[in-house]
Amino acid sequence: MIGTALDLVVVALLVAAALAAVGARGLFAGVVFFVGYGVFVAIAWLRLDAIDVALAEAAIGAGLTGVLLLGAVGHLTRAGAGAPPRRPAIPLALACAGISVMLGWAVLSLPDAPGLQAPVAAALPGSGSTNPVTSVLLNFRAFDTLLESIVLLAVLVGVWALAPDAAWGGRPGLVQRVRPDGVLAGFGRLLPPLGLLVGVYLVWAGTKQPGGAFQGGTVLAAVWLLASMAGVARAPRVTSLILRAALVAGPVLFLAVGMAGALGGSFLGLRPDWAAALVLTIEVGLTLSIASALALLVLGPPERPA
Amino acid sequence: MMAADILTGVLVLLGVAGFFAGSVGLLRFPDTHSRLHALTKADNLGLGLIAFGLAFQAEGVADILKLALIWGLAILAAGTAAQLVARSALEERAPAEEDAP
Repeated sequence: MIGTALDLVVVALLVAAALAAVGARGLFAGVVFFVGYGVFVAIAWLRLDAIDVALAEAAIGAGLTGVLLLGAVGHLTRAGAGAPPRRPAIPLALACAGISVMLGWAVLSLPDAPGLQAPVAAALPGSGSTNPVTSVLLNFRAFDTLLESIVLLAVLVGVWALAPDAAWGGRPGLVQRVRPDGVLAGFGRLLPPLGLLVGVYLVWAGTKQPGGAFQGGTVLAAVWLLASMAGVARAPRVTSLILRAALVAGPVLFLAVGMAGALGGSFLGLRPDWAAALVLTIEVGLTLSIASALALLVLGPPERPA
Repeated sequence: MMAADILTGVLVLLGVAGFFAGSVGLLRFPDTHSRLHALTKADNLGLGLIAFGLAFQAEGVADILKLALIWGLAILAAGTAAQLVARSALEERAPAEEDAP
């Protein structure tokens, strides 16, 4: 009873935040409502007992995407772009409504079967993880995850391609003006140790409980961004070899493990007796790559002359 | 057991009242700085009371420490964000006041 009431409240807030984000008067207000919307979506996933998805939505959907959008609004404002046109985009609204209706119809017409839960549970021993989500991501459905990690690199290459020629080879992002004795500098020194602990723990816990490379990597990216914005740590040059090694570590390790599997019979297949170590190896590599790629996406291309 | 439940109920209700007061202040106060005042004070107190109330339902010391950590981090983040918003508001206001007669 109370559970249903809570669900209804969450759904109402979710829809209200979505409508407010779309109908907001300014871009900034729209982004703020979008972040609120992401938080409500994360709570909805929690209510569905999908803790992995809730963590990812809160960290990436609300947090990181929100910061990226805020950065875009800042760039538009500095570039002198005016407010977006206020005429209603009726074809767009109709297309979105159509897709929503089709999705709703698809969900409601799903058969009452438990899905793939039973086969996943049966294959869990020997998959390298006791968290079914991690097993699906890094073993049963590893191909998707491998491509996802490569897509992230492609996106970063796209962002870096926006750098002016004179700035290439410099440090990414804008110069941060921070008072050395201000609250932000203090915050930037106080929080990173705890953030590092939480990020590493999330990756480590991912093989047994909700967590993993994407969630932990986002926390680590946030730590780096905080240290960078607080003026405590400077971002490395985009040509730095260490930085590039970290960026490709995940996909390279993943591909190496996949090729080793191919020699043993199936590409990306993990030998059951080695699976636990291999899953953790891939997780650590992916964490490095995801954390650095996400942080560099937020910092943006290098903009000052090198 | 019963006493703990009653304490939890009272403290969480008080915490909700804190959030409510903060929200009213945020909507009703005239300028950025007083709105920040309402928001940070009432929300920190509200979250603290809710965390304190929930601590009576905790299954062990670890849970209580986690609740305390959440409250501490929220206070730290809210305090820092409030300082930054306040400074940014001051910088935006300063030129306008110089222009005034």
